[in-house]
Amino acid sequence: MAPHDLRRPFKRPAISDQQRRRDLSLLRQKQNRLDAQRRARCLASSVLSFQSEPKPPSQEQSHFELELELEIEPDAEEHQGPATTYDVRQASKLRGTEARRWFAKQLMLPEWMIDVPPNLNTDWYVFARPAGKRCFVVSSNGTTVSRLRNGILLHRFPSALPNGARINNVSRSSQSYCILDCIFHEPDQTYYVIDMVCWAGFSLYECTAEFRFFWLNSKLVEVGVCDTPSTFHKYRFATVPVYNCDQEGLQTAYIGPVPYIKDGLLFYNKHAHYETGNTPLALVWKDENCSEYVIDTDSKGQVPNQQQLVLELQDDGRLATSDDPSVIFGWLNEDFIQKTGLHAGNLLRFAVNDGGLSFVDGKLEKADLQYLGQSNRARAFADSYSKVMFQYIVRHSPLKIEHLFASIGPLGDGDIASHDVEMAA
Amino acid sequence: MAMEVTQVLLNAQSVDSTVRKHAEESLRQFQEQNLSVFLLSLSGELAGEDKPVDSRKLAGLILKNALDAKEQHRKYELVQRWLALDVGVKTQIKTCLLQILSSPVPDARSTASQVIAKIAAIELPQKQWPELIGSLLSNIHQVPAHVKQATLETLGYLCEEVSPDVVDQDQVNKILTAVIQGMSGNEGNNDVRLAATRALYNALGFAQANFSNDMERDYIMRVVCEATLSPDVKIRQAAFECLVSISSTYYEKLAPYIQDIFNITAKAVREDEEPVALQAIELWSSICDEEIDILEEYGGDFTADSDVPCYYFIKQALPALVPMLLETLLKQEEDQDLDEGAWNLAMAGGTCLGLVARTVGDDIVPLVMPFIEENITKSEWRQREAATYAFGSILEGPSPDKLTSIVNVALNFMLTALTNDPNSHVKDTTAWTLGRIFEFLHGSTVETPIITPANCPQIIRVLLQSMNDAPNVAEKACGALYFLAQGYEDIGSASPITPYFQEIVKSLLSVTDREDAGESRLRTAAYETLNEVVRCSTDETAAMVLQLVPIIMTKLHQTLEAEKLSSDEREKQNELQGLLCGCLQVITQKLGASEPTQYAFMQFADQIMNLFLRVFACRSATVHEEAMLAIGAVAHATGPDFAKYMPELYKYLEMGLQNFEEYQVCAVTVGVVGDICRALEDTVLPYCDGIMTQLLKDLSSNQLHRSVKPPIFSCFGDIALAIGENFEKYLMYAMPMLQSAAELSAHTSGADDEMIEYTNLLRNGILEAYSGIFQGFKNSPKTQLLIPYAPHILQFLDSIYMEKDMDDVVMKTAIGVLGDLADTLGSNAGSLIQLSLSCKEFLNECLSSDDHLIKESAEWAKMAISRAISV
Repeated sequence: MAPHDLRRPFKRPAISDQQRRRDLSLLRQKQNRLDAQRRARCLASSVLSFQSEPKPPSQEQSHFELELELEIEPDAEEHQGPATTYDVRQASKLRGTEARRWFAKQLMLPEWMIDVPPNLNTDWYVFARPAGKRCFVVSSNGTTVSRLRNGILLHRFPSALPNGARINNVSRSSQSYCILDCIFHEPDQTYYVIDMVCWAGFSLYECTAEFRFFWLNSKLVEVGVCDTPSTFHKYRFATVPVYNCDQEGLQTAYIGPVPYIKDGLLFYNKHAHYETGNTPLALVWKDENCSEYVIDTDSKGQVPNQQQLVLELQDDGRLATSDDPSVIFGWLNEDFIQKTGLHAGNLLRFAVNDGGLSFVDGKLEKADLQYLGQSNRARAFADSYSKVMFQYIVRHSPLKIEHLFASIGPLGDGDIASHDVEMAA
Repeated sequence: MAMEVTQVLLNAQSVDSTVRKHAEESLRQFQEQNLSVFLLSLSGELAGEDKPVDSRKLAGLILKNALDAKEQHRKYELVQRWLALDVGVKTQIKTCLLQILSSPVPDARSTASQVIAKIAAIELPQKQWPELIGSLLSNIHQVPAHVKQATLETLGYLCEEVSPDVVDQDQVNKILTAVIQGMSGNEGNNDVRLAATRALYNALGFAQANFSNDMERDYIMRVVCEATLSPDVKIRQAAFECLVSISSTYYEKLAPYIQDIFNITAKAVREDEEPVALQAIELWSSICDEEIDILEEYGGDFTADSDVPCYYFIKQALPALVPMLLETLLKQEEDQDLDEGAWNLAMAGGTCLGLVARTVGDDIVPLVMPFIEENITKSEWRQREAATYAFGSILEGPSPDKLTSIVNVALNFMLTALTNDPNSHVKDTTAWTLGRIFEFLHGSTVETPIITPANCPQIIRVLLQSMNDAPNVAEKACGALYFLAQGYEDIGSASPITPYFQEIVKSLLSVTDREDAGESRLRTAAYETLNEVVRCSTDETAAMVLQLVPIIMTKLHQTLEAEKLSSDEREKQNELQGLLCGCLQVITQKLGASEPTQYAFMQFADQIMNLFLRVFACRSATVHEEAMLAIGAVAHATGPDFAKYMPELYKYLEMGLQNFEEYQVCAVTVGVVGDICRALEDTVLPYCDGIMTQLLKDLSSNQLHRSVKPPIFSCFGDIALAIGENFEKYLMYAMPMLQSAAELSAHTSGADDEMIEYTNLLRNGILEAYSGIFQGFKNSPKTQLLIPYAPHILQFLDSIYMEKDMDDVVMKTAIGVLGDLADTLGSNAGSLIQLSLSCKEFLNECLSSDDHLIKESAEWAKMAISRAISV
């Protein structure tokens, strides 16, 4: 038994560079595996279908500013064409028309509230909608981009969102992107986040509004997105207070003070997933007390004497809304079409004459319309049925806040209904 | 026959290789034909007092090697073979060995001691040979000194070989009594005393109970301390070894003896011969080790349930300990920096001083500063070097607050010394100290920067100038540059290194070309520094990093041109190829990390891969680890284009996966297979049959180092994710393997920390495999193939949850698997999932975790489950 060697490392760094190379390789492999895993977990839900149209009318671009005045209108569009699917990261690289079409398809567009949905107080949230530009905010590859719902780039900036700024040496995962549904409020230059679609690569499309709002509120605070702007976080983000749509919640949303200019109320069904395009599970409602823009104005900002609407001319001369399936408001005869040189796909502006709209069993039967001409070329889509209807009833017998309160009731009809269901089960 | 064995054994040691080989062959045949007779004749040979010492020694050695091997698999075989031998034969051998302990020939006794211990290591755990210890000790007081010495030596080997839990406390007491008596001053024979002292060193691990008994402990400590004063230097050295071992094994029992221990060690350090003095210093180093561990573990926050409290022995001894250590610093040997094997008082003292600084922090600074100030400007080089070494030693431990102002003053002095000091020793230590300054006081976490825009140019200039100094000095200067660069790794675009990048790279490359770069590890240090400079470089210098690629490629190409190399040259070639492949790997990983540079890198991919394949081809049977590691980086950087290299690369992958001996190579190759799967996705399919076969073989092998098995499971996941439902054909092999590994790793009861850590690694690998498989099959019509495995997987998740010993990584992966299972199987597994514990308590626990990765996975799982059960 010889004496034991007691030499210790002398003037040597304890870790060899070879071990460091191995460790760093392992670290990279681990990160890559995590990325692959995340990609696999998100893929099915974040690949959003995209109907591409090959014709890019180049001059359209210059007119887009014009559409901003109409921006607050919840519209939807219908495009036929070969279906192409893009991952949102690929989509964020799209430019021009492609980008616009893609993004236009991705937002969830609330219908206008023309009657009160059942169980408003139990199944719905309500919040005051900030006035401003509805947009998607996408953070990926170390930068953040906001795009209006027609796809136009609003801002490109660094943000504290995951992967939203180029901060050195944070190992950036290309999968780690975010998509927020926001309204950009000009007066305080703030993005008000009204919904969350993807967070750090995780898709929230198939999650209920309840879950999305919970996550939105916890995550934004966690990463400091709501903090004061700084070099690496150029714009302020803020959340919007969301209430259960009971007496108190509705009251607060309706008259409670908010740091932004209100533009109506938004109602979200708690159980609804994030659905792109028009959905009756999100609703918008306004009156003069909570919005400056209740009745549509014309291009000069004046309220026209007669309600105006935009419909799409179809092959057979029918005049359709943007809904899927569309609602037919009338026909143009062939002679008229030929004489005016119109063709299918044109968006046409009409005024509602004194005959108004007639309904049978809650369905539109007849519309007394007067042709005014083609719509502004910047308009991409016809009006939706709910929008036309909302504008119509606002002028005739508006759905008032009292009606909303009444439907909730002190006890709440919804409660009774759900009791029934439980007892039946 | 007996006569014949003697001659064969002697021939086996012949200088004539033909004779030797022939003899070795005869022994091998003999062993194969009849093991019992072979072993019996060996023991007979060892016992033969009339035989030559050389044949007796070799007989004993072969006997010993027939009982034990380093390699685990071989060891197991040998143990089984011994246990299977006829009892009569074994008894005969054992009796014979015990008799040899009385032989007058020291070598025969010593060899027999070792063989007895090997047999004990096999038999005692089987409850065989129960009479061994009794018979060794029965008449220890009556036997002649040489037999006593051999018996104690046997006990020492026995304690070294045998685990304490197979020896009864009763027998432990007897062993310790005999050993301590043999050590005590009453023992007149120094050989006996030395054997007893060395035996105690091994027996200390058996003495838990005895150290808990105050009286017994006092007695042992007294005898050990007395032995440190023995007139025989070997006994003193062995006694100090015991004290070193006691100070770490029984740290919590030291308090009553610490003052005596200090007095004894201080005397030894100042007066005794070097081997003893070195042990005395080592004692304080190991107390530092203990206290550093304790303080790290508890963060200075002691509660009643802390296992071992910190007694702050170092802090208390500080006023006396530090001066003692400082004195040793002045006892340098000439040229110690040039001798790789050197270990002397000054080196040990400085190392201990560094540990003391880490233990006590700020308190050491005022005790060392006067020494530095007094000596640093002296004309005698020993004083300047000692002062510098003292300064360098205390840079880790004290707070930056305490050190910054001192370092700011010292920095200029150091830079001047590195340039102007006439003594190479002093320069070596100065460069090393600069490296320590940059390692511990420079970087994004340090509040007041030591390096400023004002002094940075000068620092770089001095370091680059020192690259031309003696190899040992240049090597330390490289080290300093390494840490200088590392400190800027988080700085972003405005790195002060950027303007000097080209100059630094040029200097480092010319260092690698120095004639004498083979000395003092200089070439290695230069490449390692180059690697770090590249790793920490910014976007601004990306173009220059790209320019390095052809330069390093040319160097690698040159190594391939050499022909007809001697084995020594081949080893050097191999080492140089390792450095160059390592450098290319670092560059590739750097350039592959961002899109524009990755694109630019692609132009070199073909040439680089061609070179790596040629590096592989240089060797006959093994795969070059560094080249393999670099190939992983290339696969990551090139993506799907990597497919074109696969036909040629494939055989080397297979070779790497078959390398059980160098398990690091196997592990690296497994990682690279993962890289390739991610790069190629389903185009990797044609190679999967071969790869899967090899991986399954690896898993079944008990020769392969266990650390490679978890990554192999993870690799299953990588493959499944890449090839999707094509993984179908491997399910019948992979799933049972995963299942049995899962069962093994589900419970850890009674395992030690190390085993629990390994079990968690294994669980993580298994879970990553499941994740990859589920994700791979997602949206496939073949999903239903996985349904039969779901109950077991859910059960596995439940049982590791119940076990409550998984780490955060496993928790994250496990909850992710739950989500993947729900996501892929959907409503098919809805009711199964709802029955599991994991989808309730475990999920909730993860949802409320502080670890955001766990939370993120849990939220994903929650979504997937709610989808699965709502449909």
